[in-house]
Amino acid sequence: MALLKISNLHAEIDGKPILKGLDLMINKGEVHAIMGPNGSGKSTLAAVLTGREGYTVTDGSVEFNDSDLLALSADERAKAGIFLAFQYPVEVPGVSNANFMKAAVNEARKYRGQETLDAFDFIQLMKEKAALVEMDSSFLSRSVNEGFSGGEKKKNEIFQMAMLEPSLAILDETDSGLDIDALRIVSNGVNKLRASDRAIVVITHYQRLLDYIVPDFVHVLYKGKIVLSGTKELALILEEKGYEWLEGEQS
Amino acid sequence: MAKDNELLEQLSQSDYKYGFVSNIEQEFAPIGLNEDIIKLISSKKNEPDFMLQWRLKAFKHWKTLKEPEWAKVNYPPIDYQAIYYYASPKAKPKKSLDEIDPEMLATFEKLGIPLNERKILSGVAVDAVFDSVSVATTFKEKLAEKGVIFCPISDALVEHPELVRKYIGSVVPYTDNYFAALNSAVFTDGSFCYIPKGVRCPMELSTYFRINAASTGQFERTLIVADEGSYVSYLEGCTAPMRDENQLHAAVVELVAHKDAQIKYSTVQNWYPGDKEGRGGIYNFVTKRGICLDSNAKISWTQVETGSAITWKYPSCILKGDNSVGEFYSVAMTNHHQQADTGTKMIHIGKNTKSRIVSKGISAGLSHNSYRGLVRVSKKAEGARNFSQCDSLLLGDKCGAHTFPYIEVSNKTSTVEHEATTSKISDDILFYFNQRGIGREEAVAMIVNGYAKEVLSQLPMEFAVEAQKLLAVSLEGSVG
Repeated sequence: MALLKISNLHAEIDGKPILKGLDLMINKGEVHAIMGPNGSGKSTLAAVLTGREGYTVTDGSVEFNDSDLLALSADERAKAGIFLAFQYPVEVPGVSNANFMKAAVNEARKYRGQETLDAFDFIQLMKEKAALVEMDSSFLSRSVNEGFSGGEKKKNEIFQMAMLEPSLAILDETDSGLDIDALRIVSNGVNKLRASDRAIVVITHYQRLLDYIVPDFVHVLYKGKIVLSGTKELALILEEKGYEWLEGEQS
Repeated sequence: MAKDNELLEQLSQSDYKYGFVSNIEQEFAPIGLNEDIIKLISSKKNEPDFMLQWRLKAFKHWKTLKEPEWAKVNYPPIDYQAIYYYASPKAKPKKSLDEIDPEMLATFEKLGIPLNERKILSGVAVDAVFDSVSVATTFKEKLAEKGVIFCPISDALVEHPELVRKYIGSVVPYTDNYFAALNSAVFTDGSFCYIPKGVRCPMELSTYFRINAASTGQFERTLIVADEGSYVSYLEGCTAPMRDENQLHAAVVELVAHKDAQIKYSTVQNWYPGDKEGRGGIYNFVTKRGICLDSNAKISWTQVETGSAITWKYPSCILKGDNSVGEFYSVAMTNHHQQADTGTKMIHIGKNTKSRIVSKGISAGLSHNSYRGLVRVSKKAEGARNFSQCDSLLLGDKCGAHTFPYIEVSNKTSTVEHEATTSKISDDILFYFNQRGIGREEAVAMIVNGYAKEVLSQLPMEFAVEAQKLLAVSLEGSVG
């Protein structure tokens, strides 16, 4: 059974078509990389899947766990198990990381009919997960992302992913703005979160990230469609030949 | 943009929970205002003559004044002759809690105000003012053991006339401003509190104000005196029924802190704000001021303002004693058509006086929210220090936030600092919360509470929880 099945997806923003018939199937336990040049629709795909407003789906369908994903609101999709690691995580003054995560985790638990966690269990859980991305637990009492460096913000995204245990995680250019040490820590965190009941979609420009997070499949998104799919070797070919090479392949 | 509009619509669905009217038989003075009405009020209260004479002087002075126009608020002219200046429950309860009209007890029960001493363990002494009359003061005897006087000001005028005479009008004279003059002429009740030398008041004191009758103005007067080395924490809450007309509330609060004394005054103001089209609501024109008479005195104002159609209020501190301290912590939230013009004045007179101002404005809907503050350092105030922080948070793009800080410094050794920020709850932030499974309504409540945290943390515990809920309720209905 496919976890996510995208069929003939067309989407536009402000009347401008971006996705033009995208097909993609993802199973549990798999890691997929989506690569492509600027403007090919990578971030639009992440936004449409997570229900961001301002994007209009004009055709096609998305099934998540065999039900219509597009019928759910953004927060319902999150609670149903879809997580997005943001390319540019926002700063939220006045709301601590701990409070933010407590609200998020408990919303998801309520949605699944589970009891909410008590404060003690919750703090234990946060400390454990923070260690995954080598973050000192003192950041938990700081406001969400406020005054965080680029690397800390990305680590925080992966920490949140660990807390929320999604069945589908989409990492939108998680490597952008990371130095080599931060890249290693973030990738290690993601690798530890690989699981047989979870799929991960890595959106990136560069092959570099895929040396750390090794994908099962690589797809090339070009002008709003998946034009090529293959295994991790495809990323190396792209790195070598550049995206211009696709023009020739397509015709 | 589409999202903003949606958010605005959602916000405008919020309900006012205290809008019910109690069916209580009431007695009114004839409508309108003249010397006879003032004499009637004074005689109803069995006041000493000095009070009546003072009221009449205030009335005479009021007639020479013009309504102020400098605040950034708009409203049609008020017809002062179309207001009832005195309304009281017919059955005179007063003496014992058992004699209170059950309908009125039910009203306060509904509002969550405990009046039955035997049932409550919360440790807060309450004075409840219903329209023009104080209906019950709890824990009076327990307070009396410590020498603390806490009673309706009308009782204080009868039982402790010299004390009232000494302090009333000493901080806010009737010549102070238009609304203070009006209040001085017609004030009907309010609380009086005196903490003797060296006494730390053993419990929070609280007054709960309720406007019930239609076309009635509420003009209460509160006077708190903390004698040398004493401490008191005082809370004030207010609600009113939903009515299509506007009702006037013009209160005066005076605080006097002697040497080494501390007064902490907290308000959660939730008068009826009017409906989402801007019909009805309370005009809240209030003069609040405290004086640190002698050295090392401290006055701290904390206010959470969510109600009223119009708020015009500047709780202020006169820092006369050397080393005295004034603080002002404020959260003012406006929605729909509400208008708030609020802030503080810190008047530094004594040496090494310190003041701190933290103001957080939150505007939603079509509302306008202004901070207006004055920091004045007089010539003699060597080494005075002030720090002001004024932040504004906007929800949507149809509301307004304005800041009018005035600074007058006449002493070179003083330090005055002012910081201000304006921010908006952006779509990006809301989406971030949504993507973590947190719905829009809860997201806004979390952000607003986070933003107001520095002020809310100044409130006594029970009040802080209430205030947090109140901020959330005022934003209720924001689920997409």
